[in-house]
Amino acid sequence: MSLLDVRDLSIVFSRRGRRDVRAVDEVTFSVAAGETVGLVGESGCGKSVTSLAIMGLLPKRGAAVGGSIKFDGTELTSLPADKMRGLRGRDIAMVFQDPMTSLNPVIPIGLQVTEVLRRHRDMDAAAASKEAASLLERVGIPDPARRLKEYPHQLSGGMRQRALIAMALACKPRLLIADEPTTALDVTIQAQILELLKELVVDSGTALVMITHDLGVVAGMCDSVHVMYSGRIVERASRWELFEAPRHPYTAGLLASVPRLDQARGEKLEPIPGSPRDTIPWTQGCAFAPRCRNRIESCTQGAPELVADKLRPDHDLRCFNPIDVAEQEAVTL
Amino acid sequence: MLRFIVRRLLLLIPVLWGLSVALFLWVRALPGSPAQALLGERATPEKIRQIEIALGLDQPLYVQYWRFLEKALRFDFGTSIQSSRPVVEEMGRRFPATIELGVTALLIAVLIGIPVGYFAARRHGTWLDQLSVSASLVGITIPVFFLAYMLRYVFANQLGWLPNTGRQEARMLDVEHPTGFYVLDAIVTGNGPALSDALLHLVLPAVTLATIPLAIIARITRAAVLDVLNEDYVRTAEAKGLTARTITRRHVLRNAMLPVSTTIGLQFGLLMSGAILTETAFAFEGVGKFVAQAIPSRDYATLQGFILVIAALFVLINLLVDISYGLIDPRVRVR
Ligand SMILES: Nc1ncnc2c1ncn2[C@@H]1O[C@H](COP(=O)(O)OP(=O)(O)OP(=O)(O)O)[C@@H](O)[C@H]1O
Ligand code: SF4
Ligand SMILES: [Mg+2]
Repeated sequence: MSLLDVRDLSIVFSRRGRRDVRAVDEVTFSVAAGETVGLVGESGCGKSVTSLAIMGLLPKRGAAVGGSIKFDGTELTSLPADKMRGLRGRDIAMVFQDPMTSLNPVIPIGLQVTEVLRRHRDMDAAAASKEAASLLERVGIPDPARRLKEYPHQLSGGMRQRALIAMALACKPRLLIADEPTTALDVTIQAQILELLKELVVDSGTALVMITHDLGVVAGMCDSVHVMYSGRIVERASRWELFEAPRHPYTAGLLASVPRLDQARGEKLEPIPGSPRDTIPWTQGCAFAPRCRNRIESCTQGAPELVADKLRPDHDLRCFNPIDVAEQEAVTL
Repeated sequence: MLRFIVRRLLLLIPVLWGLSVALFLWVRALPGSPAQALLGERATPEKIRQIEIALGLDQPLYVQYWRFLEKALRFDFGTSIQSSRPVVEEMGRRFPATIELGVTALLIAVLIGIPVGYFAARRHGTWLDQLSVSASLVGITIPVFFLAYMLRYVFANQLGWLPNTGRQEARMLDVEHPTGFYVLDAIVTGNGPALSDALLHLVLPAVTLATIPLAIIARITRAAVLDVLNEDYVRTAEAKGLTARTITRRHVLRNAMLPVSTTIGLQFGLLMSGAILTETAFAFEGVGKFVAQAIPSRDYATLQGFILVIAALFVLINLLVDISYGLIDPRVRVR
């Protein structure tokens, strides 16, 4: 049985005087213990709200969650708030996008680490601060004893993200959700943080949901990848398959816009035409249709379902006219 | 931190000196003169001249100022012509009364305003929130005199639960007052009846004086908590699975208190001006009433002395606010 099982998740935001926003729909995926799963898509496709739904952190009013989220067999969508609090930070932890704003500016780093330990691991103050120092050391923060006494504004962005990772890993969670953990950082720091996550999370057997809009991030660490578009999963495959032979036109577009080492110098990157806002509702057809090169007539007459790819096992697709594998080969050659 | 405090205290010297000059000139620029005010109808040029010589008002301004400064440094502010008593003695009687009233009012404002603001924010958009917002609007706009008379009418005249005016009952006149703070005095001397008497007399004036600061503090707290609840670090705290109590105290309130503490400091000026109206409405023998009366009677000595002390208190309280701000927020902490 998998550790995390998300089935038919839907998230609808409603506000008085406005039309309901169906931010996520029909999202189904699972994460096995120790597995690393990528959730990829452009801005606004619903990655963050999906992760917040798993954490039980969506606003209580105005956000309706449908479907089921099972963690280790426990249904989370109907779990009482205090039980969920007991789970968060201990069994499921999360690292957010912006380390500059994710730390409390008025209390020392040390307390922000020890408060998790004391809450979930029942440590006394002395044991917790010893453990906090060793956690900071593990995430590569030099001179941890001093850093514990410092405040967030005294640390650089990269150091803050390391501290946030230390807090997330403090209770040895079984699942970590990282929501674009490197987007707000400098390129060189990005690589270091990814390396750190790989080392501490992936190699230690903690399951990881890696949320990103950058396929380059996924390429380095994920076992399987889910590509989202406009609130739904449009393609899922193992990392190798997805990079070798993307079948969904949107995935192919994303791949074509990632700079590659084997790319000839001067060769132009091809961004996907249009923007994520050029979309049609899934109820009327494929949301990607307005931007799709492979569009055929049926694409705007009804929504495609997510089904197993006829050509390949373990590869799911939501597309009426996927990219031909033979054609793919021709493109890569 | 210590150097910061000392520096701020030293800064007090030029501030007070500048203020003393301005004050000195201002009271003398008021139309009319003390002699005229004293004599009223009976004023004749000779009598006025006599009194002016007695008060030293015939001397050139710089001589008068020099005399004033010389005495003020020895904490002698001359004699009040309203009460014919030394100004310092009046201060000793009246500052405790006003401080007691102001502190009680501020306590009411803080102890009610912060929780009201917090719960309004937590129930943002519900009728409870809307109720608190409209109530605070009423609190800010209601005229102090009107409120004072309403409260007196209902609670003193009609229900008879609370005393109408003053600081103590006539039968308490022989109670000892070592400090002038009646509540404190009653506690120190272990006098139960005097304590309840002093407290009962404080209720209506303090509630009156507290309304505006209470409404302002509630509004600022509500806005600050709403801001903080949307902060990423609160989401981080939630993601850690901390208890609701820890999140509220450590992550929400602590940050929300930054703007609130500044507001509380600013309330002091408001309390002083509110005290004039409140003390007059409740015949509460404090600073406000005395200073207000000093203007029509051209009581130079009282105006100069009292306003200087009020200004010094103002600076000291703002220093306390800055220190507390530094204690809450490490980013502005002075090393
Ligand atoms: N509180 C909310 N109220 C209403 N709509 C919301 C709310 N939060 C998110 N949405 C909507 O849900 C959709 C998905 O947002 P989400 O933040 O999950 O995108 P994302 O994939 O994480 O994008 P990004 O890469 O920008 O982080 C957006 O279109 C957004 O408008
Ligand atoms: S369903 Fe049609 S429009 Fe949508 S991605 Fe496939 S080919 Fe393009
Ligand atoms: Mg996001």
